[in-house]
Amino acid sequence: MAIQSSIKANLYKDSVSLMRVSQVTVARTGVQRVTLLMGTRSNKEFLQQAGLMSPALESAKPGDIMIVVADDAPEKRAAAEQEIHSLIVGEEPKGGSAEAAAEAPPRSISRGVAIADHADLALISVPGPYAAAEALKALRRGLNVLLFSDNVPIEQEQAIKRVAAQKGLLVMGPDCGTAIINGVPLGFANVVRRGAIGLVGASGTGLQEVMCQIHRHGQGISQAIGTGSHDVSSEVGGITMLQGLELLAADAQTKVVAIVSKPPARDVQRRVIERAGAIGKPVVICFLGGEPAASAGNVHRTSSLEETARQAVALAGARQPGGDEQSIEALATRICASLAPSQRYLRGLYSGGTFCSEAQTIWRAAGLRVRSNAPLAGADHLADVEASQGHTAIDLGSDEFTVGRPHPMIDYGVRIERLLKEADDPTVACIVLDVVLGYGSHPNPAEILAPAIRRAKAASRGQGRELPVICFVCGTDADPQSFETQKAMLADAGAELVGSSTGVARAAQAIASRMEADDNATGRRVMQGGER
Amino acid sequence: MNAAPSALQNKTSVISLGASDLDRGVESSGAPLVRLQWQPVGDGSPEVAWSLAQLVGDTTDADCLGSRIDRANAEVLERILTAQPVWVDIAAHASEVWPDMGRTLLHAGPPIAWNDMCGPMKGAVVGAILYENWATSPREAEQLAASGSIRFAPCHEFGAVGPMTGIISPSMPLFVVQNKTSGNRAYAPMMESGGAKTLRFGAFAPEVIEGLKLIETVLAPCLKAAVTGIDGGLPLKPLMSQSLHMGDDVHNRNTAATLLLYRAVTESLLKSSISRDLVHETLRTIGADDMFFLSLSMAACKATMDAAHGVPFSSIVTAMARNGVNVGIRVSGLDGQWFVGPADIPVGLFLPGFSEADANPDIGDSAITETAGLGAFAMAAAPAMVQFVGGTPQDALRYSREMAHVTIGRNPGFTLPMLDFIGAPVGIDVRRVVDESMRPVINTATAHKEPGMGIIGAGVVQAPMKCFVDAVGALATIGVR
Repeated sequence: MAIQSSIKANLYKDSVSLMRVSQVTVARTGVQRVTLLMGTRSNKEFLQQAGLMSPALESAKPGDIMIVVADDAPEKRAAAEQEIHSLIVGEEPKGGSAEAAAEAPPRSISRGVAIADHADLALISVPGPYAAAEALKALRRGLNVLLFSDNVPIEQEQAIKRVAAQKGLLVMGPDCGTAIINGVPLGFANVVRRGAIGLVGASGTGLQEVMCQIHRHGQGISQAIGTGSHDVSSEVGGITMLQGLELLAADAQTKVVAIVSKPPARDVQRRVIERAGAIGKPVVICFLGGEPAASAGNVHRTSSLEETARQAVALAGARQPGGDEQSIEALATRICASLAPSQRYLRGLYSGGTFCSEAQTIWRAAGLRVRSNAPLAGADHLADVEASQGHTAIDLGSDEFTVGRPHPMIDYGVRIERLLKEADDPTVACIVLDVVLGYGSHPNPAEILAPAIRRAKAASRGQGRELPVICFVCGTDADPQSFETQKAMLADAGAELVGSSTGVARAAQAIASRMEADDNATGRRVMQGGER
Repeated sequence: MNAAPSALQNKTSVISLGASDLDRGVESSGAPLVRLQWQPVGDGSPEVAWSLAQLVGDTTDADCLGSRIDRANAEVLERILTAQPVWVDIAAHASEVWPDMGRTLLHAGPPIAWNDMCGPMKGAVVGAILYENWATSPREAEQLAASGSIRFAPCHEFGAVGPMTGIISPSMPLFVVQNKTSGNRAYAPMMESGGAKTLRFGAFAPEVIEGLKLIETVLAPCLKAAVTGIDGGLPLKPLMSQSLHMGDDVHNRNTAATLLLYRAVTESLLKSSISRDLVHETLRTIGADDMFFLSLSMAACKATMDAAHGVPFSSIVTAMARNGVNVGIRVSGLDGQWFVGPADIPVGLFLPGFSEADANPDIGDSAITETAGLGAFAMAAAPAMVQFVGGTPQDALRYSREMAHVTIGRNPGFTLPMLDFIGAPVGIDVRRVVDESMRPVINTATAHKEPGMGIIGAGVVQAPMKCFVDAVGALATIGVR
């Protein structure tokens, strides 16, 4: 296909805006392909690999937009290029207009602070290489920081956390997706009532699931402090997690503290547990995927998100909610009855990284061999992330799936493609899906997902099998997407709904364990790639 | 010692930069929210962004580099605002001011070698050599210039400023402006009449040399008599302030200021013992050129900004100057260094018969006016001027509004009636230029790229970002040392 390239100099647009321009251009002009990227080194490498690089783009600077239009018809390329330029410029005020003459919107933190109403928090999601600089500027001006951006150089992360600690400010992140501060939801967050439980978490979806469970049990959240995924590494030393504990210890509204994280580095783990023991409030700690540990004093150790929420609610003095083990067993029995003997393997297609970890933990604990693109200790690396093998739990939010496209919590495209692919595999016993609601997530995920589930099930049925799809919805009745409607639409498409991430992983595990047991009992051992 | 975290004590009020999807929750919660139109700073390089962040001041950390810079800048601003430039004298010859200058030619902009000079500047060098009688023909003059026996140096490094090519040779008379607050003096050559055929545009024909002789023998002695006849000299700040209220920016429009100067010297000249013919010749020269005051405006700004130069740690620009190839800036706290980047072609209108293809890149020391918070920074005062540069009166207001984002203060001495009499923005901070990715705007005339073709248009031009990015890098290394 013939390509045509050009540069729009000195105009930065974020990748979401550029993708929007690409989409609109393709829709309006019918051109084959439009690629718009800022002129960074890595984007040029990406173009090189994609065979879209041209000498005209060599001179592009990081602040320039690289425009690549691909189509065999030159008139279509020209039309597309014209459309792109007008769309890009269309967002800028025309020179000399009344708009342009009026005060331009602030670009810098310094001007933002000048016009804001006592700003005290910067929500930063600019590209990683620029993010720490913006965070440092915000900290110097006395703002706390939520740093959504990832790929921040480690020495910059350390530097900003040092300054923050000196000043008594909080840096949530880098790579922090979720927080609720003083009732204000930041990033990907669900709408939950305020209450007595304060959360600190290194994992975004983990925090979301726990806050949703707590809300559903009738309790509420005082604060939810995200730390970002690197905070608990030994390089960073858990600075934010320890600060979060201090904040919640001092916060009058917080009666119970819950910590959700992947297992911190050993020294960090020791410090967190030590500090937790001394804050004078009950603390529930869930280091998901870590070694099981005994509770001691005011520190309660849990090993799943569901148990963490339940424990925190109980400690906050609310009625201790019961589990749904029985219904999970019943569901597994019902599903297994519909499966052919060849259907043995689990396929977790997750948008939440924590859910993928939790599933691996639960499946592994039951003796299943698990593969993943993001394996926990004890799980295996998936040889080809595009091809599932045996029991597979995939984190579709990890880098290999998200370069140049939105997160799967926003864009269900990749997940749906994968779902349809799995439907063709006769060894699949069940599909596991998470559906995350709340701010930041897709505005109506079931509308996209329900038809895809129907298609997948129909495809399997066409091959003489049932394809069970079990889902959980991470959300609340107060979320903008309407929790009940979302669940009803999914159920109507034939999905089985379970109440929690933990419950879904357990149900799947129960199915796999039963299919394996049946298999052994009847002696029908299907040899396939050495899988047990 | 770490402070106790206090994130939960205030009402949460958010500034959001990056993907707007992430602040939907903030919006719905009703918490105060300011969404930035974020762009990468400076030239888009992450390294520069990180350097810049090291230079931000902090009210709770007086020892950090940014706080030192802020304190130094406060001192610099004070010096700018309290400057009192006064026209005190005419130096009959530059060599009186710098007795050791020998065969030195001063030029506009940052340092440049003969071989690298643009056409107009080479032409002006040839003209100055002929004027000084160091050579007898243009060809011989060129050979001399190339021989290495002539020393070239920026006017700025001698406390001087020159319009366009800005050539100052030892025999040329100079305006002398003294900053009464700090005592330092600044110098600028006199405007030649003769339109295109002037040395400042690179012409060196015999009539150009004649014009220079006339300045030396007639205009200079008369103006010297005029200024010495004014008790204490002529204070320039009140005159420039009044000119702003009469529609000048005192860079590209000096119509009102030239009239006020005319008024000030007329009586003094008539009181002097100078012959009626010479007085007439002098007044005719001033009256014939709306831009005559520019030399004094530039010298006043130079006297102001030199007093502000050399404050350790300061990030304030004390000179922006162009040599027709490069733009260079000087920064108060980075004495002895020029930060240069390629000069652009001004954007604006061309006289009939000329186009951008004929234009020389931006040239001249006159951007000292913008550096001191006049020119394009005070454009709101000069709406009539936007006709020259092809804009609307709204653009004039916009320039003055926008430049406030790259400066640290306002000059109550130079107020802008159209903007409710706020002071013109002053004190360009290299940090803010880079942080806002907003380059300082300069009002300018456009020179023909061939020597001696003169002015072919006027417009606005912006100083290159590279100058400011490099200065930020240099400031960041102070912190490392």
